[in-house]
Amino acid sequence: MPNKVLTEEEVVSEIQDGMTIGVGGWGSRRKPMSLIRAIIRAGLKDLTIVSYGGPEIGLLAATGQLRRAVYGFVSLDSIPLEPHFRIARQTGSIIATEFDEGAFYLGLLAASHRVPFYPTRAGLGSDMLKMNPELKVITSPYSDSDGQYEQLVAIPAFDIDVSLIHMNRADKGGNGQFLGPDLFFDDLFAMAARKTFMSCESIIDTEDFLSHGSVHTLKIPRIFVDGVVEAPHGAHFTECPPDYGRDENFQKFYASTAKNEELWEQFKSRFLDLESHSEYLKSLESFRESQ
Amino acid sequence: MRRADICVVQIAECFRNDADILCNPIGISPIIGGRLAKATFANEVVMTDAVSVLAANIIPLGDSNAERVIESYVPYRTIFDIVWSGRRHVMMGATQIDQFGNQNIAAIGGYEKPKAQLLGLRGAPGNLINHRTSYWVPKHSKRSFVANVDVVSGPGYDKMKTLGAPGNRFHDVYRVVSNLGVFDFSTPDSRMRLVSMHPGVEIEQILENTDFELEVPEKLLESRLPTESEIEIIQLIDPKGVRYSEVDDE
Repeated sequence: MPNKVLTEEEVVSEIQDGMTIGVGGWGSRRKPMSLIRAIIRAGLKDLTIVSYGGPEIGLLAATGQLRRAVYGFVSLDSIPLEPHFRIARQTGSIIATEFDEGAFYLGLLAASHRVPFYPTRAGLGSDMLKMNPELKVITSPYSDSDGQYEQLVAIPAFDIDVSLIHMNRADKGGNGQFLGPDLFFDDLFAMAARKTFMSCESIIDTEDFLSHGSVHTLKIPRIFVDGVVEAPHGAHFTECPPDYGRDENFQKFYASTAKNEELWEQFKSRFLDLESHSEYLKSLESFRESQ
Repeated sequence: MRRADICVVQIAECFRNDADILCNPIGISPIIGGRLAKATFANEVVMTDAVSVLAANIIPLGDSNAERVIESYVPYRTIFDIVWSGRRHVMMGATQIDQFGNQNIAAIGGYEKPKAQLLGLRGAPGNLINHRTSYWVPKHSKRSFVANVDVVSGPGYDKMKTLGAPGNRFHDVYRVVSNLGVFDFSTPDSRMRLVSMHPGVEIEQILENTDFELEVPEKLLESRLPTESEIEIIQLIDPKGVRYSEVDDE
């Protein structure tokens, strides 16, 4: 088995300005935050994020590194609308490509299966088609039992350069294990991109996977993974059950910085302008002590 | 009798006669109403625990430690599969709704550079065109019952008439429940019609707070009062009375 273990910096060196990055997880759940913070440190710009959006979209919008967001929603779950994303939309600082949540799944699936699109009824009659004039409506080549040919929206395959996902466990070869209640769409993100990098709470020996969870938790095979990074608390402040829940206090603090430039500068210097993920964890510890 | 309890019962009534489908209410009062329906007259529906499983038992609102009798596993991907299969009845909120049932939860002031960014389209486009949908509007006013919605998240009957068959065949906006009354779309041209007014509400109050021509039947009906046992069950589902923070008594 190959050894695919990398550092956050080595992962970021594979990403260039203007690239499209797929981000796994869902809202404020199991996001590869240590890799997102490494992207912020590296100052990459003109990025496109494709995700069931959470703080990765808000943060990169706030740092001015995000050009475009492609999403099914952008939420922090316990805070229904991502506050930095809200500001970015209302000031027009990012380009927004918004899909119906289920239609977004089909864009990932089409990319994973290397077909140009998957058809769906979702979007017909709603403003999704007006918001995305590049979306095409096609006619089914097959008639139904009444001899009618149905119109469907063709959701194009997402063109993703690099996907970033976060798992509970992984081995050195890049096999990933999720132990929480939902994989979300992380296997599709891994398949859909030209390259995929996976952070994890801990790297374990392959033979130990089944002592952590059943075979059903082994949903990321290493053939779809180009590098693996060990990042304990790497999803902070999003949740990563059963290892830890969402840090609601921290998330509230983050949310409060959207409307207050001074707080944002404080947040940035304390939690983003840092050398490494281990520096972040130290800064987090002092934040918790001060609470 | 408090208005919030009447609303919860009318929300539950939306799910009467549903069986072997995913009853999927979103929001405070809808979740309480959906769970009330499952606990009483719609016990063959399935419901999620708001995370990733179908729970056979009735779970109190927002209680993440409540015991669950898990009957199936439904991660988000499976929810989308269920949406497309049609075996679901969703109740969503609507920041704006118009006379044909077009719903906006996306943005105020257009979507290009919104004055106010709302939740977004979320799953509304796919929900509406695949299965039955009902709406809950806790503050009935001219700002929510509007002549025209700013963005169409969930399409209404006029959009579906334009789309035509066979694409529109699963579209079914069933009921709208507000803090003032219950509405459906049973006119010949599928416009919003008053079904019943909640006790204590006058017809003038509804008309003054609706920014389009509402179809009003000759004989005005009143929404029914909750039964004693329904009140007991509502209390078990929402022991902290979160529903009262969503609905005014006036």
